[in-house]
Amino acid sequence: MEYKNNPIHAPGLIGRLADLFWRRKWLLLLLMLLPPLLWLGVIYIGSLLALLVQSFFSIDEFSGLINYELTLKTYKELLVPANLDIIIRTVSMAAAVSLAAAIVAFPIAYYAARYARGKWKALFYLGVMLPLWSSYLVKVYAWKLILAKEGILNWLIVKLHLSWLLDALLATPVIGGNSLSVSYIGTFLVFLYVWLPFMVLPMQAALERVPINYLDASADLGANPVQTFRNVILPLAMPGVIAGSIFTFSLTLGDYIIPQIIGSSRLFIGQAVYAHQGTAGNIPLAAAFSVVPIVIMCIYLWMAKRKGAFDAL
Amino acid sequence: MRSSYAEKAPLGLKIAAILGLLFMHLPILLIFVYAFTTEDKTYQWPPPGFTLKWFSVAWNRPDVWEALSLSVKVASISTLIALVLGTLCAAAVSRSKFFGREAISLLVILPIALPGIITGIALRSAFNLADIKFSIWTIVLGHATFCVVVVYNNAVARFRRTSGSLIEASMDLGANGFQTFRYVVLPNIATALLAGGMLAFALSFDEVIVTTLTAGQQATLPIWMLEELVRPRQRPVTNVVAMIVVLVTFFPILCAYYLTKE
Repeated sequence: MEYKNNPIHAPGLIGRLADLFWRRKWLLLLLMLLPPLLWLGVIYIGSLLALLVQSFFSIDEFSGLINYELTLKTYKELLVPANLDIIIRTVSMAAAVSLAAAIVAFPIAYYAARYARGKWKALFYLGVMLPLWSSYLVKVYAWKLILAKEGILNWLIVKLHLSWLLDALLATPVIGGNSLSVSYIGTFLVFLYVWLPFMVLPMQAALERVPINYLDASADLGANPVQTFRNVILPLAMPGVIAGSIFTFSLTLGDYIIPQIIGSSRLFIGQAVYAHQGTAGNIPLAAAFSVVPIVIMCIYLWMAKRKGAFDAL
Repeated sequence: MRSSYAEKAPLGLKIAAILGLLFMHLPILLIFVYAFTTEDKTYQWPPPGFTLKWFSVAWNRPDVWEALSLSVKVASISTLIALVLGTLCAAAVSRSKFFGREAISLLVILPIALPGIITGIALRSAFNLADIKFSIWTIVLGHATFCVVVVYNNAVARFRRTSGSLIEASMDLGANGFQTFRYVVLPNIATALLAGGMLAFALSFDEVIVTTLTAGQQATLPIWMLEELVRPRQRPVTNVVAMIVVLVTFFPILCAYYLTKE
């Protein structure tokens, strides 16, 4: 229907504007997109690109000033053993956290998707949503309380006469340390705790789409529950696992607060970025370091997209 | 025929699921216990005694109040900006197909898909390059950037469920675009916007990774807490503040859940 023939159309400026937007739909679209595009596209992407450009500058070792000539020198510095260690350490931690999160999240997601009904369903949903949204720092703080020498975990271990087990665990090279709060085990536990809800939700979404008929068919064809799990449930849950691991992986790669508060003094990528831009004033190296997670995440996202993980988000 | 898989959960699965949920909740509950402990020098467990003293101590601390009011201010302004930008973006994406539509969804998600430190460092170095002084506004700028996605997601989901024929009907009945927006579109998406706004508020109220990089001397509540985490000086006050933060973020999340429930 032609709008301008409408008898009751509003007069005045507003009416004429409404007419204009009706006749030129692209104008309204443009006006609607302009503010978010200016904000995200210009300010945010602009800042990101500026950061990227700075990673191609280098720092003069003697004066400490930034040399504004394009060079790959700073990227070469990333491959120095000390810096390479930081990258490997962070990526291994991210991989370990994602794997463990998938294992711990599976029973929760599966129970919520398959068996929980009515009130229980809501309870499970809120039971995951509340920890997901509650304060990140408070969660880290809670683990500082738990892992403290005089804290609840040590108390429990002593009560259960398991001190020998903890000592053996802490004596393990690399992952051990003087106490839980200064070892990789501690860092790992906190990462796992903080990012776990990000794994449960996409997993549950994927599992909810597994038709029960498939499971019955698998059983009718003679598969035992373990075989059904391995050959039917797991492959169908995979997009959810990958979608969840996008979060756990990316969040672990970029975090600089958890390893600073709970863990050994060895640096993670986030801490390196923070240290280089701050006191050291080496913005080019900080920028080059922050390109690492971007590149890793781009590869990860590309692979995830090929596996169809985005449908589970 | 009875399905063998639909009826009852295996006991092992049930136990693992419940243990998983306990793992997610017990640490937060622990903070509630610590807020009442009489011990003020260590994190001793079990607490030697219980007291309400620290609540009044925390109440009389001006630095806690200043941090709290700054956090509320930042979160409110960022939420408002995110509401406007997120709704505009969601409306544009869902009402028409155009070139680059997918790119816009990606653009909105990018600030939370990339690790927070990258958003933080990028903005910080941009502020330095542009010679912008760090203030409450630089914090807001960072927060609004990653809050847009929450509003956007909620709004897009609602637009998808709102049928386009409602808008056509309104137009056929003679309402102009503004009237249609005011009387048809807005009431339809209002609860989704409210839910998105509340989540954006909770997100901003809690954010620390980007904030430490976009703030100058200002301390939001998370920055105040981070300082206490790195160098604990007033453990009992921190315990109380942590508990209050849990309670403050608890309500918007519950409200958002009930507002978007179908």
